[in-house]
Amino acid sequence: MSEFTSPGEVADALKRVNYLPDERISQVVFLAERLDKPVLVEGPAGVGKTELAKALAEIHGRRLIRLQCYEGLDESKALYEWNYRKQLLRLQADEGADWSTVEDDIFGESFLLERPLLEALRSPEPVVLLIDEVDRVEIETEALLLEVLADFQASIPELGTVRAVSRPLVVLTSNNTRDLSDALKRRCLFLHIGYPEVDREREILLTRVPELPQQLAEQIAGVVRHIRAQPLRKSPSVSESIDWARTLLALGIEEVNEGVTTDTLHVLLKYQADIDKVAADLLGPR
Amino acid sequence: MITILTGFVSELRQVGIPVSMVEAIDAAGAIEHVPLADREALRHSLAACLVKNAHHLEAFDAAFDVFFSRQPPVDDSSGEPAPASEGDGGGTGAGEVDLEPIIAGLVGALSAPDYAALQAIARQVVGLLAGIQPGRPVGGRYYLYRVLSRLGAEALPARLMAAHEEPEGLERTLLADEYRARIESFESMVRDEIRRRLVADRGREAVARTTRQLLIEDVDLAHAPRADIARMERVIQPLARKLAARLAHRRRHLRKGRLDIRKTVRRSLSTGGLLADPQFKAPRVAKPDIVLLCDISGSVATFAHFTMQLMYAMSSQFSRVRAFAFIDGVDEVTGFFAPGVDFHDSIGRISREASVVHFDGHSDYGNVLGQLVERHGQAITPRTSVIITGDGRNNYRPANGDLLAGIAATARAVYWLNPEPARFWDTGDSVMREYAPSCTGLFEVRTLRQLEAFVEELAMAAATHTTAVKV
Ligand SMILES: Nc1ncnc2c1ncn2[C@@H]1O[C@H](COP(=O)(O)OP(=O)(O)O)[C@@H](O)[C@H]1O
Ligand SMILES: [Mg+2]
Repeated sequence: MSEFTSPGEVADALKRVNYLPDERISQVVFLAERLDKPVLVEGPAGVGKTELAKALAEIHGRRLIRLQCYEGLDESKALYEWNYRKQLLRLQADEGADWSTVEDDIFGESFLLERPLLEALRSPEPVVLLIDEVDRVEIETEALLLEVLADFQASIPELGTVRAVSRPLVVLTSNNTRDLSDALKRRCLFLHIGYPEVDREREILLTRVPELPQQLAEQIAGVVRHIRAQPLRKSPSVSESIDWARTLLALGIEEVNEGVTTDTLHVLLKYQADIDKVAADLLGPR
Repeated sequence: MITILTGFVSELRQVGIPVSMVEAIDAAGAIEHVPLADREALRHSLAACLVKNAHHLEAFDAAFDVFFSRQPPVDDSSGEPAPASEGDGGGTGAGEVDLEPIIAGLVGALSAPDYAALQAIARQVVGLLAGIQPGRPVGGRYYLYRVLSRLGAEALPARLMAAHEEPEGLERTLLADEYRARIESFESMVRDEIRRRLVADRGREAVARTTRQLLIEDVDLAHAPRADIARMERVIQPLARKLAARLAHRRRHLRKGRLDIRKTVRRSLSTGGLLADPQFKAPRVAKPDIVLLCDISGSVATFAHFTMQLMYAMSSQFSRVRAFAFIDGVDEVTGFFAPGVDFHDSIGRISREASVVHFDGHSDYGNVLGQLVERHGQAITPRTSVIITGDGRNNYRPANGDLLAGIAATARAVYWLNPEPARFWDTGDSVMREYAPSCTGLFEVRTLRQLEAFVEELAMAAATHTTAVKV
């Protein structure tokens, strides 16, 4: 699969689709493709984990198949399900027919509901499979994911074993609200994405908000760095600094100062306690 | 390369990072895709294969820096005096060097910023000022301190700021942040250079032993610096969720229960005796009531805090969690330690709002037990597991061991978590021996790792304790 001969090429390709990686990101992506292993991307919300998977699909010209995880996600939503209603209708229509023919029929292709995992396995063209926010599923579902990732195959009792037609590039993301099992982690390469350095944050801002003046982008990145250095309940992430940039633009603000910052802190911070703390810090020592 | 990697992996395991065979093999495979000269590429590649927990990355980096320490630069003689042979640390030569031009150069490179120049200066000043003596078993931190203090590093921010015309307010703050970040990267270049020289002198393994970083789960709770406490706070929630998920999984398996033969046979009557529909006994999983009783005096306060946080984070695993804090008096603090509450906030709130001091603010377990029985006795029932945290240092006051015996007679279990090393128990004013006979279990709990193990054992014991419902 590997089209890239160096991490530098990966970085350039990602930048072309407006994703700004750091060295670690492009290195791990490069390695994952070389070793043909899934990547487990972990980090706080809003640092570009999901976006990375989307960007990877784009640079490879592959379809993105996304399995959004949530508590209660099970095999029938992750892998496959039979279309019971349709089966029932069929049974009623065929009343009196020979059972074995009916059985073959209703457990056939046209009654199968393909879910993201199966869809990725059966796709004739290689895809990018994104298993998003995997830390939300229960241990049983984690075990199912592990099975699929281990051999790139799944067994469906009525159909037999489904093997991957083409190897998908797999990205799992986690906000680390729960430690994942060792077995799953062992399968994957691990990529931690934290908050970006100021320079990269400025570049992300300029890419995502093209109308933003250079100077303002620089100030925003600086203020956000300053805020992140404080112990808060929820630090502002990249997505919040982008929102803040858009807000400032919309307000016609060309330069950030204490007043502007305190007035718009609610865009960056979720908790009132954090807003108060940061405002006190900005306005306090004179 | 593979031999270095083998040594590196065993160093990581020494530190406590769990590296499996598969992961070590992945790392060996990864090396083939990395140009050996590219140290950062190697770092990221090995980290991706070997470290699967973000909180372990710092310890990984510390070990990596030693094992894959930079090669000596081609021109290693720049400004370096011959190794000092005199006995006072080899720094005498530096006294004669005029440092001002070097410092001026440093200020220039920092304000540019010119990282290549900074790199060169770092090499130069370590040669001039560190006074590293071959074979002397001094840690790298000492040399770093020496270099920075001789450079007058603490004056650097002011010098850098002086170049600007009176920046004010936010502008000033942001500028100061920026300079601080640049100075930090210079410091890490200096650290790197010192390490390189130490490794060249003493070898990887020896240096690694002195620079090893404790994993956050192994930091001594009683003596953790504030920065570590903040890091621990961040791991406690995911840890609790992992434990809870594991327990829920375990419980779900238990719920299947054993085959209920009587019910199955009875059911089979309707199918003409065919045992078509097996029936299972539904086990009732008893969740225990928890009463936490935490000494929050002095150095055991941090430990109490983490115990309460973890128990709260896992409260879905218990039918109820109540918390009592004490010093020489006891008061209920259930609700003070919600998840996400800041450590210093909750400790502050306890000292403001709860009356945990009865007499003089020195721990008095005997009095506390008396107050607990008297005022909150109804909190303890046969379903209650009592967890006491504290060092059992009673300031030579009466222990009233009989009161704990009374509590133990009512409660389902009494556990004592002591943050002191077990070998110190019963020395000085520690009265553990008076309480030990009443305890279901005594545990030395000095780290998050030990705390996790205890909580898991506690909750597992509860989950496994099942009673089949009679049909
Ligand atoms: N490296 C990056 N390059 C470009 N945009 C980024 C980058 N990181 C984050 N973003 C922006 O931040 C937003 C949030 O990213 P997202 O992938 O949704 O976060 P996560 O999945 O980590 O919670 C995205 O919409 C994207 O615009
Ligand atoms: Mg996301």
